[in-house]
Amino acid sequence: MLGYTITQWLFGVLSFLSIMFGLMVVFSRNPVSSVLYLILTFFCIAGHYLLMNAQFLAIVHIVVYAGAIMVLFLFVIMLMNLNEDQEPQRTWLTKIIAAVAGGLMLVVLVGSLKGSEQLQLQHYGSSQVGLVKNLGMVLFRDFLFPFEIASVLLLAAMVGAIMIGKRDIK
Amino acid sequence: MINGISINMYMVLSAILFIIGAVGVMARRNSIIIFMCIELMLNAVNLLLVSFSTLHNDPKGQVFVFFIMAVAAAEVAVGLAILSMVYRNVKSIDTNLMSNLKN
Amino acid sequence: MVKLVGLVPLFPLIGFLINGFFGKKLSKSISGTIASVAVLASFVVALLLFFEVQHLPGHKAEVSLFSWISAGTLNIPFAFLIDPLSSWFLLIITGIGFLIHVYSIGYMHTDDGFQRFFTYLNLFVFFMLLLVLGNNYLIMFVGWEGVGLCSYLLIGFWFKNTEYNNAAKKAFIINRIGDLGFLLGIILIFISYGSITYSGVFEKAGIVNESTITTIALLLFIGAMGKSAQIPLYTWLPDAMAGPTPVSALIHAATMVTAGIYMIVRSNVFYSISEVASEVVAIVGVATALFAATIGLLQNDIKKILAYSTVSQLGLMFLGLGVGAFSSSVFHVTTHAFFKALLFLGAGSVIHAMGGEQDIRKMGGLKGKIKITFLTMFIGTIAISGIPPFSGFFSKDEILAHVYEHSPVLWFFGMLTSMLTAFYMFRMLYVTFWGSFRGTKEQAHHVHESPSSMTIPLIVLAALSVIGGTLGLPEFWGTPNWMHHHLDAVIYRKNTSLLTHETEWLLMGLAVASAVAVIFFAHQLFVKNGVLPQTNENKLKPWQKLVANKYYVDEFYTAIIQKPIDLISGAFHKFFDVQLIDGIVNGVGTSVKGLGAVVRLVQNGNIGMYVISMVLGIILIFLTLFIL
Repeated sequence: MLGYTITQWLFGVLSFLSIMFGLMVVFSRNPVSSVLYLILTFFCIAGHYLLMNAQFLAIVHIVVYAGAIMVLFLFVIMLMNLNEDQEPQRTWLTKIIAAVAGGLMLVVLVGSLKGSEQLQLQHYGSSQVGLVKNLGMVLFRDFLFPFEIASVLLLAAMVGAIMIGKRDIK
Repeated sequence: MINGISINMYMVLSAILFIIGAVGVMARRNSIIIFMCIELMLNAVNLLLVSFSTLHNDPKGQVFVFFIMAVAAAEVAVGLAILSMVYRNVKSIDTNLMSNLKN
Repeated sequence: MVKLVGLVPLFPLIGFLINGFFGKKLSKSISGTIASVAVLASFVVALLLFFEVQHLPGHKAEVSLFSWISAGTLNIPFAFLIDPLSSWFLLIITGIGFLIHVYSIGYMHTDDGFQRFFTYLNLFVFFMLLLVLGNNYLIMFVGWEGVGLCSYLLIGFWFKNTEYNNAAKKAFIINRIGDLGFLLGIILIFISYGSITYSGVFEKAGIVNESTITTIALLLFIGAMGKSAQIPLYTWLPDAMAGPTPVSALIHAATMVTAGIYMIVRSNVFYSISEVASEVVAIVGVATALFAATIGLLQNDIKKILAYSTVSQLGLMFLGLGVGAFSSSVFHVTTHAFFKALLFLGAGSVIHAMGGEQDIRKMGGLKGKIKITFLTMFIGTIAISGIPPFSGFFSKDEILAHVYEHSPVLWFFGMLTSMLTAFYMFRMLYVTFWGSFRGTKEQAHHVHESPSSMTIPLIVLAALSVIGGTLGLPEFWGTPNWMHHHLDAVIYRKNTSLLTHETEWLLMGLAVASAVAVIFFAHQLFVKNGVLPQTNENKLKPWQKLVANKYYVDEFYTAIIQKPIDLISGAFHKFFDVQLIDGIVNGVGTSVKGLGAVVRLVQNGNIGMYVISMVLGIILIFLTLFIL
């Protein structure tokens, strides 16, 4: 199709969608729709993961981000009753400065890639890396200690969130 | 499965996503939106990590993404708790109002 | 057996730690008992060691505890040396120390700082033992500084009184001068001999040329001057009487001030080689003895009289050292420790009875009221005046005989000193105990004998003052001089008397006759005629005024040392501190503040601005690193 492989097509569409939804996150006035667009962006990113044969990560990504984190966001926004369009807006000057700064950064980042070697992913990638078995081997053998630390971190975050969220701390 | 896509494409894609997040942080005043933009930036980095993991055929990059997810979850839990406390006290989540430390 | 030597300083250290850390929780009687028992335990061990030392080969033993400093060629072990000299000093320190500890339990019983007092006292005993026991100059120096510290703490024991604090500071600062000399001496010894252990130095003392040895000897003597209160560094000792009386007895009469004597006897090899240094020691000694004795004539504070008497007696000991009579000086240290501790403790008992009064003009007639104190002090006074067969007579006479042999002129001054000593000591005794009571009614009612914890040490010390002379009976009596033989092993140049027996008898007779005459004169003056010390200073004759004001030495030091230093410091303060140093410091502060005021504007509290500047920073980094 038009000289592109199906993979390239998929990549192009997913990339376009994720950038579009990302922009919508930033530009939509209603926080609730921001959240929904962000969820869509995450789905697109999960698609990228599938494209790169990281199936397990894709599933975890959707479960954790779309299923847990974004639901949390949604809850908080609804608790605060922010769904109306009462957004505080920055001045146009700030927005322009922000856009210019972002544009400059993009130019610089992309510019720094200029002239680098175009490494094709398929020459290196095998389809086995992203499977649960492989990841589990690495995670529980080489990264056991960081894994435990991460669990402690989550526990601490849980306790911290409860302590902060309590109405009155006796 | 993945044919005809170079690592540079993913690098550019994640750079774009990252910058969208950064611009969001810079241009918005709603702290929850800012928080979401930070999540977007984190995901841009995740994407890059996974693509390099694929390039090098090395699962360590993906394991690293796990850890980032765990840290992000923790961060969101605490961060949203703080935000809801702020909202309870100030009745707003406008970042311009959160400048008590200035003086 | 000799290995036990570590225990000797350990017991007071334990006592110090217990009283120091848990003193507040202990009752007074327990605290005092712990401190006293610690010293008693040391005394018992010291006694065992003392007998052990007689049977050791060479009469000495070194016990190395651990390697202390080891750097390059400098190798200093933490080791103790037990020989006749150190074992004898151990006995004096722990024995007298124990008696004074017991006395203090009674003397200090109403004081709030009771536990603190015993803490310091134990610490003092520990450092003093360290000073005496070390087998090298560095340990001696550690002990030397430690006893100085304790002396400072105890002089300023009643720290709420500014005057006492000043006295403590004075003692500390004047001692610093001496300590510097001592330290320089140690450094010079190390440079010259490459070692500072006694055994390493004394055995090859002769390898260094004589002028260096003279320098070493003089530097060490400067240290001794400070600690043992010799001219010109004696002024701290009379002021040190600000401390509690047991402290005066223990530190400023019996033990610490004799550290200088110990140090010189220990280093006697240097003084034997260097004639010049010996001569200096003798002259400074006799000058101090005479000078302090004359000041003592017109003092009215009972403790000040004893303080000047101590300075004077120390001068006499240095005179003995200067003429090479080392064992005689140690003998005098011993007897002096007995009777001077006795006199101080007796004075403390008098002060206790008078409810804190120290001025002898306000006492009088105490003879019948505090009998034990009176009798024991009477014995002490006779002993210091040199009446046979009391202990002071033998030791003083031995020194004076050696001095006569060396130089009749010095002997004359020494003789004069001992006559003056007899006079002012009996003046103190007569004015305090004879005549009529001159204190207030309240005091008259209050006068009482001290508790037995105070009188028993007095009695023991009185007994020692009576029989102490038998330690060193004159050789021409045909009796063995035990002290002389005991110390034989540590004295490098033997000093055998060349005087004929007739001369020695003559000198002895002269000394006794003059002492008796002086005492008779004092008796006529103060008892028969009832002359009292002048209370109105303006009525004093000019020479009396000069003496009563201690020859204005303190004022002289103030004028030639303190005033110029104050002046120079003032000038430096004005120009360097205020203008230069303060200018720099304030300038730095002001410029940082100014810069901060400008940079502060960037921190405007707008998070968006912060993020934008961060992004711009990232852009710059990428530009410089990857693109340019």
